[in-house]
Amino acid sequence: MSFLDLDEWLFELARRVEVVYSPLIDVKTFPADVDLTLVEGAVANEDNLALIKTARANSKRLVSFGDCATTGNVTALRNTLGSSNADSVLGRAYLATGLIDPRVPDDPVGAPTLLPAVLPVHAVVPVDLFLPGCPPNSARIREALEQLCPEPS
Amino acid sequence: MSLTFTLDGRTASARPDDSILDAARANGAAIQTLCHFDGLCDVGACRLCLVEVEGSSRLLAACAARVREDMVVRTDTPRLRDYRRQILELFFAERNHVCPVCVANGHCELQALGAAAGIDHVRFDYLHPSESVDLSHPMFGVDHNRCVLCTRCVRVCDEIEGAQVWDVSGRGLRTHVITDLNDPWGASDRCTSCGKCVMACPTGALFAKGASVAEQRHDRGKLLALIDARRASGGRR
Repeated sequence: MSFLDLDEWLFELARRVEVVYSPLIDVKTFPADVDLTLVEGAVANEDNLALIKTARANSKRLVSFGDCATTGNVTALRNTLGSSNADSVLGRAYLATGLIDPRVPDDPVGAPTLLPAVLPVHAVVPVDLFLPGCPPNSARIREALEQLCPEPS
Repeated sequence: MSLTFTLDGRTASARPDDSILDAARANGAAIQTLCHFDGLCDVGACRLCLVEVEGSSRLLAACAARVREDMVVRTDTPRLRDYRRQILELFFAERNHVCPVCVANGHCELQALGAAAGIDHVRFDYLHPSESVDLSHPMFGVDHNRCVLCTRCVRVCDEIEGAQVWDVSGRGLRTHVITDLNDPWGASDRCTSCGKCVMACPTGALFAKGASVAEQRHDRGKLLALIDARRASGGRR
Protein backbone atom coordinates (compact mmCIF):
# COMPACT_ATOMS: atom_id res chain seq x y z
CA MET A 1 0.00 0.00 0.00
CA SER A 2 2.88 2.33 0.77
CA PHE A 3 4.24 1.51 -2.68
CA LEU A 4 0.92 2.64 -4.17
CA ASP A 5 1.33 5.90 -2.25
CA LEU A 6 3.96 6.77 -4.85
CA ASP A 7 0.85 7.95 -6.73
CA GLU A 8 1.63 9.59 -10.08
CA TRP A 9 5.33 8.76 -9.74
CA LEU A 10 4.28 5.15 -10.45
CA PHE A 11 3.88 6.26 -14.08
CA GLU A 12 7.42 7.60 -14.04
CA LEU A 13 8.60 4.33 -12.51
CA ALA A 14 6.71 2.32 -15.14
CA ARG A 15 8.63 4.25 -17.79
CA ARG A 16 11.93 3.23 -16.22
CA VAL A 17 11.37 -0.45 -15.42
CA GLU A 18 9.88 -3.64 -16.74
CA VAL A 19 8.26 -5.79 -14.05
CA VAL A 20 9.36 -9.36 -14.73
CA TYR A 21 8.35 -11.15 -11.53
CA SER A 22 5.96 -10.56 -8.66
CA PRO A 23 3.47 -12.57 -6.62
CA LEU A 24 0.84 -10.51 -8.48
CA ILE A 25 1.78 -11.46 -12.05
CA ASP A 26 1.50 -14.77 -13.85
CA VAL A 27 5.18 -15.69 -14.15
CA LYS A 28 5.73 -18.73 -11.90
CA THR A 29 9.51 -19.07 -12.03
CA PHE A 30 11.99 -16.40 -11.05
CA PRO A 31 13.60 -15.11 -14.29
CA ALA A 32 17.33 -14.79 -15.05
CA ASP A 33 19.31 -11.54 -15.42
CA VAL A 34 17.15 -9.35 -13.20
CA ASP A 35 18.53 -5.86 -12.52
CA LEU A 36 16.75 -5.18 -9.24
CA THR A 37 14.75 -7.30 -6.82
CA LEU A 38 12.73 -5.84 -3.94
CA VAL A 39 12.22 -8.53 -1.29
CA GLU A 40 9.25 -8.24 1.03
CA GLY A 41 8.88 -10.56 3.99
CA ALA A 42 11.23 -12.76 6.00
CA VAL A 43 12.49 -16.24 5.18
CA ALA A 44 10.02 -18.47 7.01
CA ASN A 45 9.67 -21.74 5.05
CA GLU A 46 11.44 -24.02 2.57
CA ASP A 47 9.69 -22.30 -0.33
CA ASN A 48 10.93 -18.85 0.79
CA LEU A 49 14.41 -20.28 1.24
CA ALA A 50 14.63 -21.71 -2.27
CA LEU A 51 13.14 -18.57 -3.82
CA ILE A 52 15.48 -16.14 -2.05
CA LYS A 53 18.52 -18.15 -3.16
CA THR A 54 17.31 -18.07 -6.77
CA ALA A 55 16.45 -14.39 -6.52
CA ARG A 56 19.90 -13.58 -5.18
CA ALA A 57 21.67 -15.66 -7.83
CA ASN A 58 19.63 -14.10 -10.66
CA SER A 59 19.64 -10.45 -9.48
CA LYS A 60 22.29 -7.76 -9.85
CA ARG A 61 20.88 -5.86 -6.87
CA LEU A 62 18.72 -7.19 -4.05
CA VAL A 63 16.91 -4.93 -1.57
CA SER A 64 15.44 -5.89 1.81
CA PHE A 65 12.18 -4.00 1.49
CA GLY A 66 10.47 -3.27 4.82
CA ASP A 67 10.87 -4.49 8.38
CA CYS A 68 9.85 -8.14 7.84
CA ALA A 69 12.67 -8.60 5.31
CA THR A 70 15.08 -6.53 7.41
CA THR A 71 14.43 -7.82 10.95
CA GLY A 72 11.93 -10.69 10.75
CA ASN A 73 9.52 -8.34 12.54
CA VAL A 74 6.16 -9.80 13.63
CA THR A 75 6.62 -12.87 11.45
CA ALA A 76 9.66 -13.84 13.56
CA LEU A 77 7.74 -13.73 16.85
CA ARG A 78 7.31 -17.50 16.68
CA ASN A 79 11.08 -17.79 17.21
CA THR A 80 10.51 -16.83 20.85
CA LEU A 81 8.67 -20.14 21.36
CA GLY A 82 11.98 -22.00 21.16
CA SER A 83 13.13 -24.93 19.03
CA SER A 84 9.64 -26.45 18.70
CA ASN A 85 8.07 -23.15 17.63
CA ALA A 86 6.98 -24.47 14.22
CA ASP A 87 5.03 -27.33 15.81
CA SER A 88 3.57 -24.96 18.39
CA VAL A 89 2.18 -22.48 15.87
CA LEU A 90 0.95 -25.18 13.49
CA GLY A 91 -0.72 -26.98 16.37
CA ARG A 92 -2.34 -23.78 17.52
CA ALA A 93 -3.51 -22.87 14.03
CA TYR A 94 -4.69 -26.24 12.76
CA LEU A 95 -5.34 -28.51 15.76
CA ALA A 96 -6.50 -26.29 18.62
CA THR A 97 -8.86 -24.29 16.41
CA GLY A 98 -9.77 -26.95 13.84
CA LEU A 99 -13.40 -28.02 13.93
CA ILE A 100 -13.66 -30.77 11.30
CA ASP A 101 -10.94 -33.44 11.06
CA PRO A 102 -8.24 -31.22 12.59
CA ARG A 103 -4.78 -32.03 11.20
CA VAL A 104 -1.60 -30.19 10.29
CA PRO A 105 -1.15 -29.97 6.49
CA ASP A 106 1.61 -32.33 5.35
CA ASP A 107 1.73 -31.44 1.65
CA PRO A 108 5.02 -29.52 1.18
CA VAL A 109 3.84 -28.05 -2.13
CA GLY A 110 0.57 -26.60 -0.89
CA ALA A 111 1.89 -25.73 2.59
CA PRO A 112 5.71 -25.50 2.51
CA THR A 113 7.54 -26.85 5.55
CA LEU A 114 8.32 -24.18 8.13
CA LEU A 115 11.99 -23.49 8.89
CA PRO A 116 13.12 -23.96 12.51
CA ALA A 117 13.34 -20.15 12.80
CA VAL A 118 12.17 -17.16 10.78
CA LEU A 119 15.22 -15.33 9.42
CA PRO A 120 15.79 -11.83 8.07
CA VAL A 121 16.87 -11.92 4.41
CA HIS A 122 20.47 -10.85 5.13
CA ALA A 123 20.90 -13.86 7.42
CA VAL A 124 20.44 -16.10 4.36
CA VAL A 125 21.87 -14.22 1.35
CA PRO A 126 23.89 -11.01 0.89
CA VAL A 127 21.70 -7.89 0.69
CA ASP A 128 22.73 -4.73 -1.17
CA LEU A 129 20.37 -2.21 0.40
CA PHE A 130 17.99 -2.07 3.35
CA LEU A 131 14.76 -0.09 3.34
CA PRO A 132 13.49 -0.38 6.93
CA GLY A 133 10.02 0.71 7.97
CA CYS A 134 6.68 -0.95 8.56
CA PRO A 135 5.97 -0.06 5.87
CA PRO A 136 8.80 2.12 4.54
CA ASN A 137 7.08 5.39 3.69
CA SER A 138 6.65 6.27 0.05
CA ALA A 139 9.19 9.10 0.18
CA ARG A 140 11.84 6.61 1.29
CA ILE A 141 10.80 4.13 -1.38
CA ARG A 142 10.96 6.82 -4.05
CA GLU A 143 14.33 8.09 -2.84
CA ALA A 144 15.76 4.59 -3.22
CA LEU A 145 14.08 3.72 -6.51
CA GLU A 146 15.05 7.02 -8.14
CA GLN A 147 18.67 6.07 -7.62
CA LEU A 148 18.33 2.36 -8.29
CA CYS A 149 16.29 2.77 -11.47
CA PRO A 150 17.91 5.57 -13.50
CA GLU A 151 16.16 7.32 -16.39
CA PRO A 152 16.28 5.24 -19.58
CA SER A 153 18.94 6.78 -21.84
CA MET B 1 37.23 26.47 41.26
CA SER B 2 37.44 24.96 37.81
CA LEU B 3 39.79 22.64 35.99
CA THR B 4 41.01 22.57 32.41
CA PHE B 5 40.92 19.60 30.07
CA THR B 6 41.04 18.93 26.33
CA LEU B 7 37.81 17.94 24.62
CA ASP B 8 38.01 16.79 20.99
CA GLY B 9 41.11 18.93 20.44
CA ARG B 10 39.75 22.07 22.12
CA THR B 11 40.57 23.41 25.55
CA ALA B 12 37.58 23.23 27.86
CA SER B 13 36.82 23.91 31.50
CA ALA B 14 34.84 21.89 34.03
CA ARG B 15 33.94 21.79 37.68
CA PRO B 16 36.11 19.39 39.70
CA ASP B 17 33.25 17.02 40.56
CA ASP B 18 31.88 16.86 37.01
CA SER B 19 31.63 13.55 35.21
CA ILE B 20 33.26 13.50 31.79
CA LEU B 21 29.71 13.40 30.39
CA ASP B 22 28.54 16.53 32.24
CA ALA B 23 31.76 18.38 31.38
CA ALA B 24 31.63 17.36 27.71
CA ARG B 25 27.97 18.29 27.34
CA ALA B 26 28.53 21.64 29.09
CA ASN B 27 31.21 22.29 26.47
CA GLY B 28 28.97 21.39 23.55
CA ALA B 29 29.94 17.77 22.79
CA ALA B 30 26.93 15.66 21.81
CA ILE B 31 27.61 12.37 23.62
CA GLN B 32 24.75 9.92 23.20
CA THR B 33 23.40 8.10 26.24
CA LEU B 34 20.70 5.61 27.10
CA CYS B 35 20.94 4.70 30.79
CA HIS B 36 21.83 8.24 31.91
CA PHE B 37 18.97 10.40 33.19
CA ASP B 38 19.60 13.94 34.41
CA GLY B 39 19.13 14.03 38.17
CA LEU B 40 19.63 10.30 38.80
CA CYS B 41 22.88 8.64 39.86
CA ASP B 42 24.91 7.22 36.97
CA VAL B 43 25.67 3.52 36.71
CA GLY B 44 27.44 3.10 33.35
CA ALA B 45 25.05 0.34 32.31
CA CYS B 46 24.56 0.99 28.60
CA ARG B 47 28.16 1.86 27.58
CA LEU B 48 26.95 4.17 24.80
CA CYS B 49 28.80 7.15 26.29
CA LEU B 50 32.21 5.47 25.93
CA VAL B 51 35.00 7.98 25.28
CA GLU B 52 38.71 7.74 24.56
CA VAL B 53 40.97 9.19 27.25
CA GLU B 54 44.64 9.61 26.43
CA GLY B 55 46.83 7.43 28.64
CA SER B 56 44.04 4.91 29.27
CA SER B 57 44.07 1.72 27.22
CA ARG B 58 40.41 1.14 28.10
CA LEU B 59 37.49 3.17 26.89
CA LEU B 60 35.74 4.96 29.76
CA ALA B 61 32.02 5.41 30.31
CA ALA B 62 31.79 9.21 30.34
CA CYS B 63 28.85 9.20 32.76
CA ALA B 64 30.68 7.20 35.40
CA ALA B 65 34.19 8.68 35.18
CA ARG B 66 35.27 12.00 36.68
CA VAL B 67 36.97 14.60 34.51
CA ARG B 68 40.49 15.45 35.71
CA GLU B 69 42.94 18.33 35.20
CA ASP B 70 44.77 18.04 31.84
CA MET B 71 42.71 15.02 30.76
CA VAL B 72 42.62 14.60 26.97
CA VAL B 73 39.16 13.30 25.95
CA ARG B 74 37.90 12.31 22.52
CA THR B 75 34.17 11.74 22.12
CA ASP B 76 33.82 11.10 18.39
CA THR B 77 36.32 8.84 16.63
CA PRO B 78 35.83 6.05 14.05
CA ARG B 79 36.51 3.48 16.77
CA LEU B 80 33.90 4.99 19.12
CA ARG B 81 31.31 5.27 16.35
CA ASP B 82 31.93 1.64 15.44
CA TYR B 83 31.52 0.48 19.06
CA ARG B 84 28.40 2.58 19.61
CA ARG B 85 26.80 1.10 16.55
CA GLN B 86 27.69 -2.41 17.68
CA ILE B 87 26.31 -1.75 21.17
CA LEU B 88 23.02 -0.49 19.73
CA GLU B 89 22.75 -3.47 17.39
CA LEU B 90 23.35 -5.80 20.33
CA PHE B 91 20.51 -4.10 22.22
CA PHE B 92 18.21 -4.74 19.28
CA ALA B 93 19.38 -8.37 19.01
CA GLU B 94 19.16 -9.19 22.72
CA ARG B 95 15.39 -8.86 23.30
CA ASN B 96 12.30 -8.76 21.09
CA HIS B 97 11.95 -5.09 20.28
CA VAL B 98 9.76 -5.45 17.15
CA CYS B 99 9.30 -1.68 16.82
CA PRO B 100 6.21 -1.68 14.55
CA VAL B 101 4.08 -3.29 17.27
CA CYS B 102 5.56 -1.47 20.28
CA VAL B 103 3.67 1.00 22.48
CA ALA B 104 6.67 3.35 22.27
CA ASN B 105 7.15 3.20 18.49
CA GLY B 106 8.17 6.69 17.40
CA HIS B 107 8.79 7.82 21.00
CA CYS B 108 11.60 5.40 21.90
CA GLU B 109 15.12 6.45 22.80
CA LEU B 110 16.63 3.16 21.59
CA GLN B 111 14.86 3.52 18.24
CA ALA B 112 15.98 7.16 17.91
CA LEU B 113 19.57 6.26 18.78
CA GLY B 114 19.52 3.45 16.22
CA ALA B 115 18.24 5.78 13.52
CA ALA B 116 20.80 8.46 14.44
CA ALA B 117 23.58 5.86 14.19
CA GLY B 118 22.36 4.95 10.69
CA ILE B 119 21.44 1.38 11.65
CA ASP B 120 19.29 0.00 8.83
CA HIS B 121 19.79 -3.65 9.78
CA VAL B 122 21.28 -5.68 12.63
CA ARG B 123 24.36 -7.76 11.79
CA PHE B 124 24.04 -10.03 14.82
CA ASP B 125 21.69 -12.99 15.17
CA TYR B 126 18.53 -12.08 17.05
CA LEU B 127 18.34 -14.08 20.27
CA HIS B 128 14.52 -14.13 20.35
CA PRO B 129 14.34 -14.89 24.10
CA SER B 130 11.06 -15.93 25.67
CA GLU B 131 10.18 -12.92 27.85
CA SER B 132 7.17 -12.20 30.03
CA VAL B 133 4.74 -9.31 30.34
CA ASP B 134 3.41 -8.39 33.79
CA LEU B 135 0.02 -6.66 33.70
CA SER B 136 -0.88 -7.26 37.34
CA HIS B 137 -0.60 -3.58 38.30
CA PRO B 138 -3.92 -1.73 37.90
CA MET B 139 -2.39 1.23 36.03
CA PHE B 140 0.89 0.12 34.46
CA GLY B 141 2.51 -2.79 32.67
CA VAL B 142 6.05 -4.08 32.19
CA ASP B 143 7.05 -5.83 28.97
CA HIS B 144 10.46 -7.46 29.39
CA ASN B 145 10.69 -7.95 25.62
CA ARG B 146 11.44 -4.21 25.35
CA CYS B 147 13.72 -3.78 28.36
CA VAL B 148 17.32 -2.64 27.80
CA LEU B 149 18.27 -2.99 31.49
CA CYS B 150 19.19 0.69 31.80
CA THR B 151 17.89 0.57 35.41
CA ARG B 152 16.37 4.06 35.21
CA CYS B 153 13.22 2.59 36.81
CA VAL B 154 15.27 1.15 39.66
CA ARG B 155 17.03 4.44 40.29
CA VAL B 156 14.07 6.78 39.93
CA CYS B 157 11.99 4.64 42.30
CA ASP B 158 14.79 4.61 44.86
CA GLU B 159 16.25 8.11 44.50
CA ILE B 160 13.22 10.25 43.70
CA GLU B 161 10.13 8.41 44.92
CA GLY B 162 11.92 6.59 47.76
CA ALA B 163 9.76 3.49 47.34
CA GLN B 164 12.43 1.01 46.20
CA VAL B 165 9.98 -1.23 44.40
CA TRP B 166 12.28 -1.95 41.44
CA ASP B 167 15.48 -3.96 41.56
CA VAL B 168 17.68 -6.10 39.34
CA SER B 169 17.76 -9.89 39.45
CA GLY B 170 20.02 -12.40 37.73
CA ARG B 171 23.20 -12.02 35.72
CA GLY B 172 24.18 -11.85 32.07
CA LEU B 173 21.41 -12.84 29.70
CA ARG B 174 19.24 -13.78 32.70
CA THR B 175 19.30 -10.24 34.09
CA HIS B 176 15.84 -8.75 34.60
CA VAL B 177 14.31 -5.82 36.39
CA ILE B 178 11.96 -7.06 39.08
CA THR B 179 9.35 -5.59 41.40
CA ASP B 180 9.74 -6.33 45.11
CA LEU B 181 11.26 -9.81 45.55
CA ASN B 182 10.34 -10.83 42.00
CA ASP B 183 6.66 -10.70 42.87
CA PRO B 184 3.93 -9.47 40.52
CA TRP B 185 3.99 -5.67 40.30
CA GLY B 186 0.34 -5.49 41.30
CA ALA B 187 1.09 -7.35 44.55
CA SER B 188 3.57 -4.70 45.71
CA ASP B 189 2.31 -2.74 48.69
CA ARG B 190 5.34 -0.45 48.48
CA CYS B 191 4.46 0.79 44.98
CA THR B 192 2.79 4.19 45.27
CA SER B 193 1.57 4.05 41.64
CA CYS B 194 3.35 7.37 41.06
CA GLY B 195 4.36 6.36 37.53
CA LYS B 196 7.87 7.83 37.68
CA CYS B 197 9.36 4.54 36.41
CA VAL B 198 7.09 4.75 33.36
CA MET B 199 8.11 8.38 32.78
CA ALA B 200 11.80 7.45 32.99
CA CYS B 201 11.73 4.33 30.80
CA PRO B 202 13.53 4.96 27.48
CA THR B 203 11.67 2.22 25.57
CA GLY B 204 8.28 0.53 25.61
CA ALA B 205 9.22 -1.74 28.53
CA LEU B 206 7.14 0.29 31.00
CA PHE B 207 3.86 1.72 29.85
CA ALA B 208 0.49 2.98 31.03
CA LYS B 209 -2.23 0.41 30.51
CA GLY B 210 -4.47 1.23 27.61
CA ALA B 211 -1.64 2.53 25.44
CA SER B 212 -1.70 0.89 22.05
CA VAL B 213 0.99 0.84 19.34
CA ALA B 214 2.96 4.12 19.26
CA GLU B 215 0.74 5.69 21.94
CA GLN B 216 3.10 5.60 24.93
CA ARG B 217 4.84 8.96 25.28
CA HIS B 218 7.04 9.01 28.36
CA ASP B 219 6.41 12.21 30.28
CA ARG B 220 10.04 13.28 30.75
CA GLY B 221 9.16 16.95 31.32
CA LYS B 222 7.05 16.16 34.38
CA LEU B 223 9.74 13.92 35.84
CA LEU B 224 12.54 16.43 35.21
CA ALA B 225 10.43 19.17 36.84
CA LEU B 226 9.91 16.95 39.91
CA ILE B 227 13.64 16.25 40.12
CA ASP B 228 14.46 19.97 39.80
CA ALA B 229 11.92 20.92 42.45
CA ARG B 230 13.31 18.30 44.78
CA ARG B 231 16.86 19.53 44.23
CA ALA B 232 15.83 23.17 44.76
CA SER B 233 14.24 22.27 48.10
CA GLY B 234 17.49 20.69 49.28
CA GLY B 235 16.56 17.06 48.67
CA ARG B 236 19.11 14.35 48.14
CA ARG B 237 20.61 14.41 44.68
